[in-house]
Amino acid sequence: MGISAEEFKFVSDFIRAEAAIVLEPGKEYLVETRLGPVAFQQGMGTIHALIAELRTRRNPALVTRVVDALTTNETSFFRDVAPFEHLRKKVFPELIERRRAERKLSIWCAAASSGQEPYSMAMLLRENFPELAGWRVEFLATDISTQVLAKAREGIYSQLEVNRGLPAPLLVKYFKKSGLEWQVDEKLRSLITWKEFNLAQKFYGAIGPFDLIMLRNVMIYFDVPTKRQILGNMRRVLRPDGYLFLGTAETTINVDESFASDTLHTACYRVKAA
Amino acid sequence: MRALVIDDSAVIRTVLTRILTNLGFEVVQAAHGKEALERLRGGPLPAIALVDWNMPEMNGYEFIRNVRATAEWRDLPLMMVTTETEMEQVVKALAAGANEYLMKPFTPEMVEEKLQLLGITGS
Repeated sequence: MGISAEEFKFVSDFIRAEAAIVLEPGKEYLVETRLGPVAFQQGMGTIHALIAELRTRRNPALVTRVVDALTTNETSFFRDVAPFEHLRKKVFPELIERRRAERKLSIWCAAASSGQEPYSMAMLLRENFPELAGWRVEFLATDISTQVLAKAREGIYSQLEVNRGLPAPLLVKYFKKSGLEWQVDEKLRSLITWKEFNLAQKFYGAIGPFDLIMLRNVMIYFDVPTKRQILGNMRRVLRPDGYLFLGTAETTINVDESFASDTLHTACYRVKAA
Repeated sequence: MRALVIDDSAVIRTVLTRILTNLGFEVVQAAHGKEALERLRGGPLPAIALVDWNMPEMNGYEFIRNVRATAEWRDLPLMMVTTETEMEQVVKALAAGANEYLMKPFTPEMVEEKLQLLGITGS
């Protein structure tokens, strides 16, 4: 049985308060398909029982599980291809040239999900920029979901996941097969620092500054004031000559006019000169 | 653009043909490696060949070796599409000259993403 309008309103208010994510009416199916398995795993039988338990606020672990279930999203290695080509051909060569004196690069994957994006970037760096071997490359990957972060940190993927967007020569080079699953090798995993991070929090505290921030396919979930707050925070932690990538269907236009699209790639942004 | 689909399963040939047709390819089919070599000899060179591993007459691995040993087919992009999912098999296929490797079962998105990686589009 589907959830009632009142239950949907409760869940959408809840996820808005917890993670600033907007669930428009019409997304009832999403709540049902995502929370159904949680109800089952928690032994609650139905989604209605789960929502009733959530209302009591007695169970912080359940809150985490529900936030995880509603914020975890499907992704793939080298998703959309073009942004990675832009990183390879323009962004990294430019950054390496500009940071040659300090020999330091700082990268943040701000919506790392189950890890495909940071690992894709780590492989891209390894394959194309061997000169970085002697550099200090700080690579932070964050997500709001503790569950996906745990998976990302392990770097273990199913056959269906490695089938998605990962070039076979890189599978052979950077993964090991273990049973039915594939695991990213230790060397690549050790490049990345994983942290839980809520993008919708007011102040970002002591992180950055970054040369490159990947903020792809996450802004679509936020309302405009939250988007504005996030982009403002991004501007503060991005170095003045750094790069910000959004998802292919996302933009800073009408949200934060201090960013300008990089001429060659529409989803790559830089802070406008003052 | 033309794609050559090589699989002894008529079901898989039909599924791949549907996916590739939707992506704008004109699809030619073969039920094993030998028949695929005849198709290559008889017609214009395809933009890509998707080849199963285990087939009667000539398997996909032998097909790849034959293609790579023939001067005019040396640059033909080849994608293995197979139930063989061990690391050794992937390594072996790539060493023989496969450009990509897709493990069954697959979805239309996976086929499209792999083609994207090879820079091959249907229309």
